[in-house]
Amino acid sequence: MSTPLVVTKRMTEYPSDSHTIARYEATGGYEQAKRALGMTRDELVGEVKTSELLGRGGAAFPAGVKWGFLAPERPAYLVVNADESEPGTFKDRQLLERDPHQMIEGMIITAIANEAHLAFIYIRGEYPKPARRTQRAIEEAYQNGYLGRGIFGSDYDLDIVVHLGAGAYICGEETALINSLEGERGEPRLKPPYFPAAKGLYMKPTIVNNVETMSNIPHILEMGGEAYRDLVIALDTGTYMISLSGHVKRPGNYELPHTLSWRELIYDIGGGIRDDKELKAWIPGGASAPWFVPDEHLDLIVAKEACALAGSMLGSGAVVVMDEDTCMVRAAERIVRFFSHESCGQCTPCREGTTWMEMILRRIDEGAGRPVDLDLLIDVSDGISVGLQWPPKMTTICPLGPSAVSPIIALRDYFRDEVQRHVDLGGCPFELKSGETRARAPSSLAGAGPEVRGGSTGSIPSDRESAGEGSS
Amino acid sequence: MSHWSESTQERAREIIDLYPQKRSAVMPLLYLAMAEEGHLTETGMEEVARWCEITPAQVLSVASFYTMYKRERTGKYLISCCTSISCMLLGGDEVMHAVEDESGVPHGETDEEGLLSVEHAECIGACGGAPAVQVNYELIEGVTPDKARDLVTWLKKARPVVVNTDEMQELFGGRRSFDWAIPETDGAIGPFPAFQPLGTVESEGGE
Repeated sequence: MSTPLVVTKRMTEYPSDSHTIARYEATGGYEQAKRALGMTRDELVGEVKTSELLGRGGAAFPAGVKWGFLAPERPAYLVVNADESEPGTFKDRQLLERDPHQMIEGMIITAIANEAHLAFIYIRGEYPKPARRTQRAIEEAYQNGYLGRGIFGSDYDLDIVVHLGAGAYICGEETALINSLEGERGEPRLKPPYFPAAKGLYMKPTIVNNVETMSNIPHILEMGGEAYRDLVIALDTGTYMISLSGHVKRPGNYELPHTLSWRELIYDIGGGIRDDKELKAWIPGGASAPWFVPDEHLDLIVAKEACALAGSMLGSGAVVVMDEDTCMVRAAERIVRFFSHESCGQCTPCREGTTWMEMILRRIDEGAGRPVDLDLLIDVSDGISVGLQWPPKMTTICPLGPSAVSPIIALRDYFRDEVQRHVDLGGCPFELKSGETRARAPSSLAGAGPEVRGGSTGSIPSDRESAGEGSS
Repeated sequence: MSHWSESTQERAREIIDLYPQKRSAVMPLLYLAMAEEGHLTETGMEEVARWCEITPAQVLSVASFYTMYKRERTGKYLISCCTSISCMLLGGDEVMHAVEDESGVPHGETDEEGLLSVEHAECIGACGGAPAVQVNYELIEGVTPDKARDLVTWLKKARPVVVNTDEMQELFGGRRSFDWAIPETDGAIGPFPAFQPLGTVESEGGE
């Protein structure tokens, strides 16, 4: 199988210096940004629309269409979302560390297309090394006259500012990111307005795109939208970065076409399951995505529509593989804990619901589960996202809360017996089998950190009454 | 009157100039305040409020939203152990337990000397090199419980001025998410991200 590499081509061919401006220019870099200066907005937006490039941040919204929404008011801003925090995802980190100029050129083209003269890159605070690399690349671009006043000798001014986040997953939601960049709490904004392209940063037209999306832009211009679209004959256009992790023999980032089955991805690309164990389940597109199981999904194609029809999503391209010895209750607890910890607290269903879900799962995992707990869990989940289906029904401003329900869908549909065994045995069957009690990381509710929301601190109640109250 | 050093004030002015509105500088200035005092104090937040021309209450509402703004005394070295899904699947909880046990510092706390703080972290984007640990947000991938214990011992003994990701990866790490990383000499000088424009980074030597 030969895959045409696009965004990882340079770093694959020149592993020692793909991050430098010298290598970038020696491999055709910044030519497309220069060319873009001579193109109209309509031409640039048209090219990206033709390419059918889908946003790579997780929502897979067509990038060209998003650009087309830009309101006429000025100034307009460009914001690149490098707040990569979806559990299982680590592709943008690689793109920033290994080929920052590729993204910067994408930003220059995007800024020109959307008439922006100030652009921000919002990089998560836990990524200091990618931030340092990006900053250095920006400085190189300034020195060469590719950024600043009159870029490439034209009369177009463009500045890029690196803005560090501070440890809030929710800032990956584009309106939360904008609030954060304005110096507010990173809480998602009420819609409408639906698109930052109409009212975004400082209530001005703003394009928000992901790092991988930006990294594709110079290539679309270089080969033309049509050629990009037809790059590989597959269900979705272009290529896609997959972050493969968990119990596979060869975890890592892989740039792939949308022609593979999950079987090929996990067994051929990933090398199969560690210690040659059996595959039990996998998360196809980040922690927000409902899980897949081998009996039903192994031969589906890794593409947007195929995932959607099967009730899940490719999302951020994060594939987390779990072997036969993985406790599904523990895995669900860990994902729900994440959403509980990262809930911004604005909406009651998410704030309260994710907290209770975490407590109930923790209780089942620790052996204090009750026979009704799975139904209780489903009931609480139903309060956050009615019907526990995909795409999730919304009760909240943003999809964070409804995403927390995804692992519960898996427990309900595929692992009901395993939950039941936890309750019947009064403990985790995997621990009882091995005779070892595994270490347990703290609950998100046990610490004294600033993220702990009022009234939720302290130990997890295992008595029946307190859980019952929460469900009523 | 500013409580900050001349260089920090200069830095603050430069940062504010990057944004169309002063309030947008609140996040980078909160990091500056941490770098100035080791963690975020009332004084630090009041200072940020003055620079950004908002109220201290507004600064607190922002600071309290984010996990990386430490409003309590924090050690010179902040050890963050990832226990999110991919790290958990490969032993992240055991690594976390080893760090807590070896340091004697439980999650969310700091030792008496003010040397070590320990916390468990949600996904730090190192899933291909799980389990992962960060010291002052500088990454180590492929950590085992034994290596985690060694890391704690090393921090106590060596007390590096600059925490460098490549050095730690070499000493305590294993499999990485992607293995063509280029060495760098920069590193963290405290429990906040090491990033040049903030002045919270130091180089160990020449390039």
